Amino acid sequence: MDLFGDYTLRLVALGSAILGATSGALGSFAYLRRQSLLGDAVSHAALPGIVLAFMLTGSKVPLVLMLGAGLAGWIGTLAVRLVVRRSRVPYDSALGIVLAVFFGVGLVLLTHLQKQPESAQAGLESFLFGQAASLLKRDVVAMAVLGAAALTILVLLWKEFKILSFDSDFAASIGLPVRRLDGLLTLLLVVAIIIGLQTVGVVLMSAMIVAPGAAARQWSRRLAPMVVTAALIGVTSGVAGSLLSSYVPRLPTGPTIVLVLSVIVVVSLLLAPGRGLLWRSLKIASLRTVPDLDPVLMHLYALSHQHPDDPDHGHPVAVIRTMSLPGANIDAALEGLASRGLAERTPGGGWAPTAIGRREAQRIIDREAGEGP
Amino acid sequence: MADGNRVWALEVEDLTVAYGDQPVLWDVDLQVPTGVKMAIVGPNGAGKSTLVKAAMGLVKPVAGEVRIFGRSGDGAEGQIAYVPQRATLLWDFPTDVIDVVTMGTYGRVGWIRRSGAKERKQAEAALEQVGMAEFTRRPIAELSGGQQQRVLLARALVQDAPICILDEPFQGVDAPTERAIIEVLDGLASAGKTIIVVHHDLQTIPEYFDSVLLLNVRAIDSGAVADVFTEENLRLTFGGRVGVLATSGTGEV
Repeated sequence: MDLFGDYTLRLVALGSAILGATSGALGSFAYLRRQSLLGDAVSHAALPGIVLAFMLTGSKVPLVLMLGAGLAGWIGTLAVRLVVRRSRVPYDSALGIVLAVFFGVGLVLLTHLQKQPESAQAGLESFLFGQAASLLKRDVVAMAVLGAAALTILVLLWKEFKILSFDSDFAASIGLPVRRLDGLLTLLLVVAIIIGLQTVGVVLMSAMIVAPGAAARQWSRRLAPMVVTAALIGVTSGVAGSLLSSYVPRLPTGPTIVLVLSVIVVVSLLLAPGRGLLWRSLKIASLRTVPDLDPVLMHLYALSHQHPDDPDHGHPVAVIRTMSLPGANIDAALEGLASRGLAERTPGGGWAPTAIGRREAQRIIDREAGEGP
Repeated sequence: MADGNRVWALEVEDLTVAYGDQPVLWDVDLQVPTGVKMAIVGPNGAGKSTLVKAAMGLVKPVAGEVRIFGRSGDGAEGQIAYVPQRATLLWDFPTDVIDVVTMGTYGRVGWIRRSGAKERKQAEAALEQVGMAEFTRRPIAELSGGQQQRVLLARALVQDAPICILDEPFQGVDAPTERAIIEVLDGLASAGKTIIVVHHDLQTIPEYFDSVLLLNVRAIDSGAVADVFTEENLRLTFGGRVGVLATSGTGEV
């Protein structure tokens, strides 16, 4: 029972690694584009496709079922777009509707099939939570080919997808076909999802899409390292989950992979330097004493209104301190305003807003008046 | 500027845009001469951002036509450098300053190909120009509002387009950044580029711009600041709730 001796285990681990790499890399883009729920909707929408593909062809060849899953998932994304464009239903609700309707139809079809006398349908329900042990060599080959194709397109159109994700208006302004690129990236996401359905299943597949990207983001400051890290996290979870479930009896592979992944996510959220919760709470503690500059500027502006004919009239630091939260480092805030040209020290030792500072303060007031509830 | 039959940098004719059944722009006509610095002003919801987006083909109009240097349709490609509203971007995106600025070269680099050393040089020069040279490798999530705006401006500089459109570039930036942006725009204008800025602050218009479009769903008036930026026109645009007037000089609101 080790990775190099056991043929089945080797196959399962390899399949899970392919699944982890593709869903990690492509899921990163879904995560960055705030489309995490899209993966959830697509994977659930794949279920009726799997069942229908079997009902129409009578075949359980994975490639046939994958094709059905991919078609249904793709139709699901089109349905989401249609609902958003033709109704007043917002995007997240549209995703929820499509997920529920497609998954519901899938379950109805599946239940109907299971009531049939012949047992040819046996095993289809394993697509709910995945059944890695059923992976054959031809399945892993199909996964590898699909995954390699998706990742190749991702690498070729790297800068186009990057700019689409970061600033789609700008992408359109330099003449990129934003709609078609968006459709292609979604299609690649569908491919990543159907690669994982047999191993992880429709219910847990969304975790494989979202989680590697979420964890990798904590450790990376640029896109390429993030996507590579996410793919590595996917591979690690896949292989570790396969190994664990083979050592521990009756531990299902798919859920175990997702559990390993969840541990990586939690550790990343807590510990990552710069972004981790632990790091941030340390940093916030050290910053607590310097207040935001805006409120201090507003106080100065309010004070300057008391001398409408002498806008440069200075006010002592003590007055501003009493107007602010206790313990705030007002001197540092005033120096900060001065360095931005918004306030200045007056000859009498007090502080006054500059002309630019007064304008900025008025602009903040206007903005809050215009955008308030 | 050619004598005789003059070609406008940007020409908008009978432009009408609607979101759903809500018209945001109504029969707008606009002619922007080459080399001007034009401000687009109007109240919230006047369609200012929509107008510039429609000019670049980002928004499909219900009716009307847009011509860039006399050409309609896809003639806009490479002609316009666009600085979107800072707040509409995802600043948590994992990238750094130089990478964002290099995006300005993607239009001419073309599909699939990567940007190289030449593009990087151009990006570095643009960062120098906006005073951000020492921030090259800084993740964009760690920039202040003013620094973010300078980075977007540098990206537009790298595009080296004859028309530069900026949407609210002064919103929420610090005073030195505001001055730096104005300096860069002045430089572009004296190099013969056409500058169009969606702008919020009426008080600075006579100082910063030479032409103005007053917009409130319809185009109220457009032309040289001296001719168009009048009390009467402002009242027509803002519906009488404006106390800021170019003539009063004190600037109290």
